[in-house]
Amino acid sequence: MNWVWANLDLIRDRTLDHLILSVPPIILSFVIALPLGWLANRYRLSRGVILTVSGLLYAIPSFPMFIVLPALVGTTLRSPLNLVIALTIYGVALMVRVVADGLASVDADVQRSAVAVGFSTWTNFWQVELPLSGPVLLAGLRVVAVSTVSLATVGAVIGAQSLGSLFTDGFQRGIQAEIITGIVATVLLALLLDGALVAVGRLALPWTRARKSVRAAARLRLPVEVTP
Amino acid sequence: MIEFRSVSKQFPDGTLAVDDFSLTIPSHRTTVLVGSSGSGKTTLLRMINRMVDPTAGTIEIDGVDIASLEPVKLRRSIGYVMQNSGLLPHRKVVDNVATVPLLRGVPRKTARADALAMLDTVGLDRGLADRYPSQLSGGQQQRVGVARGLAVNPNILLMDEPFGAVDPIVRAELQQELVRLQSELGKTVVFVTHDVDEAFLLGDQVVILEEGGRIAQIGSPTDILAHPANDFVASFIGADRGKRALHVERHDGREVLVDSDGRLAGVLVGDAAPGQVGVPR
Amino acid sequence: MNIFGDALNWIIDPANYSGPGAIPMRLLEHLGFTFLTLLVASAIAIPFGFVIGHTGRGRGLAVTTSGGLRAIPTLGLLTLVALWIGIGLGAPYVALTVLAIPPILAGAYTGFEAIDRGAIDAARAVGMSEVQILTQVEIPLGLPLLIGGLRSAALQVVATATLAAYVADFGLGRYLFSGLKTRDYAQMLGGSILVILLALALEGIFATIQRVVVPRGVASTRLLVDRARPARPRPGMEPAITKGNP
Repeated sequence: MNWVWANLDLIRDRTLDHLILSVPPIILSFVIALPLGWLANRYRLSRGVILTVSGLLYAIPSFPMFIVLPALVGTTLRSPLNLVIALTIYGVALMVRVVADGLASVDADVQRSAVAVGFSTWTNFWQVELPLSGPVLLAGLRVVAVSTVSLATVGAVIGAQSLGSLFTDGFQRGIQAEIITGIVATVLLALLLDGALVAVGRLALPWTRARKSVRAAARLRLPVEVTP
Repeated sequence: MIEFRSVSKQFPDGTLAVDDFSLTIPSHRTTVLVGSSGSGKTTLLRMINRMVDPTAGTIEIDGVDIASLEPVKLRRSIGYVMQNSGLLPHRKVVDNVATVPLLRGVPRKTARADALAMLDTVGLDRGLADRYPSQLSGGQQQRVGVARGLAVNPNILLMDEPFGAVDPIVRAELQQELVRLQSELGKTVVFVTHDVDEAFLLGDQVVILEEGGRIAQIGSPTDILAHPANDFVASFIGADRGKRALHVERHDGREVLVDSDGRLAGVLVGDAAPGQVGVPR
Repeated sequence: MNIFGDALNWIIDPANYSGPGAIPMRLLEHLGFTFLTLLVASAIAIPFGFVIGHTGRGRGLAVTTSGGLRAIPTLGLLTLVALWIGIGLGAPYVALTVLAIPPILAGAYTGFEAIDRGAIDAARAVGMSEVQILTQVEIPLGLPLLIGGLRSAALQVVATATLAAYVADFGLGRYLFSGLKTRDYAQMLGGSILVILLALALEGIFATIQRVVVPRGVASTRLLVDRARPARPRPGMEPAITKGNP
């Protein structure tokens, strides 16, 4: 614990770095995955293409991804932007399938009746499909949040600052406490963002009790960090 | 002969599914347990092959207390047919039928040949033998289920709402098929249903159950229809209304039967033979 | 695209195919490490998963433990174990086995849960013993999801094995780290491309195996198997998400 008290400033700075790296990808992946997931659910052909591509992107290990991205999109290796883009790719790859499945889970009768009473495709999506698939989307987003926070630590090996820097620094200097602090801080940050999402979900989906989405999250069998 | 002696079953969650139940089920006859949900009928059925063990009381088959028998061995000697066929989705029809003989060590070739013959017995085309269950209709799946139940030529056949999930036309077909089969095979059939019409059609002995496995009445369909033991039975079998409450009206010199809703049920053609009274359909 | 040209040149440069640290050797190290880790993790996770799936007991504990393990950042665990037991292959083996267990465990028991309860109940009712239910019904029908779990674990191990080069001199990850150190972008990028190709190849192989092991009678209900909706009804159940291609 002595190490923690002596380095509170460092921990705070790295936590802020970590937030800057992980919050934008979580939001971006939801926004980007929404139309893609809708497309994947709507048409057979697009489903095959979108889900295959996202499956392949998700299979790419993150460390090589961080290195390849600058060559592809011209980012600087150690810049936060490089990591944000990479983490967004993973988030989208994961979230697209969730959106497609979530939309598919909306009761067909409800949809038919919505169309029958005169909803257009556009209003049907915003007022029927999206809210009703809300619990599934929320559960998926929570997985994205936890996995993004965890993945962001990998950036430390290419020199991008985050809580992961406590791992590399602690390892090189042989300070066990620093590594453990990093692990605990990462897990706490993940829990914090997860809790924030639950709170947002409670506000946005008042008709579902929060317990439901907790159970839904427990049901997600997705490996949270397949690609460190 | 199957005998229930003061059998009770309390599930771990506290529900008393069956309370002090006694019944004798005669051999080579069809006994139908009929009741609404919560009457414990399925629990009673599943006690016979020890899928459920009673918390009190004994069950004997031909004088042997089944608690002394090894469950797996007991089950292999008793045919079992359930609602959604319960076929193994990854095995072909013929292999599903041969499941129990193979478990009992019958050589593969013999088991398959017997299974094919069994398909004939239940009225299935042998051409379906190499299909998978998912490639069959609901009615066909149920027939395979019956064939599997009969494959070891058991003395006892347990049927748990076997026709509950198929459409009415197929159900009627399967019911007639079972009547035919039973007239040929003469098994001790214990049949569970919530459908009174089905119970009266198939049962030699019908047991009407109330909540908690209490027996409201036992008897032949005719007995029950002619003399409902109490209001519960009368209302359960619908004797006081609808198509079972018929009266005679005269129309142009002929006697026609009209039900309590005023719908025409048939014409009176003379004295019916004993035993055929009662169930117009 | 000159950078990629350099990387490709690095990949095909004959100098990288001989001596210590040659590409084929690094590749073999990487693959061997992945294979061995999966083997050990499977030996631990599969029996437990089968017991949980068969009895339905211990599921809550498994979900909680797996969830907890998954939240732990891999790099953190790797460096921590390396500090404890020293630089070398020991730390990556321990850390990666631990990380590979949750997906395999989940694959094993969710595979069983996805089976129609009626089929298992009927198998028991016609007189299959518990062992026979396990070997003749549950394992064959649960296999696709188990392979799915192995697939997730394999991808995770291949990826983390790259990071493991940080604490041990082995595997394709070496190229990435030494490239980073010497600012040799061609080597870094070339190494990255090799790792990505390896991961995609494994993904393809596992996807194929997963397709092949779907029992033929179940193939027509493939979509259900793919999405693994458990047949055991649970309140508040949402369609589950599994990784992988359609």
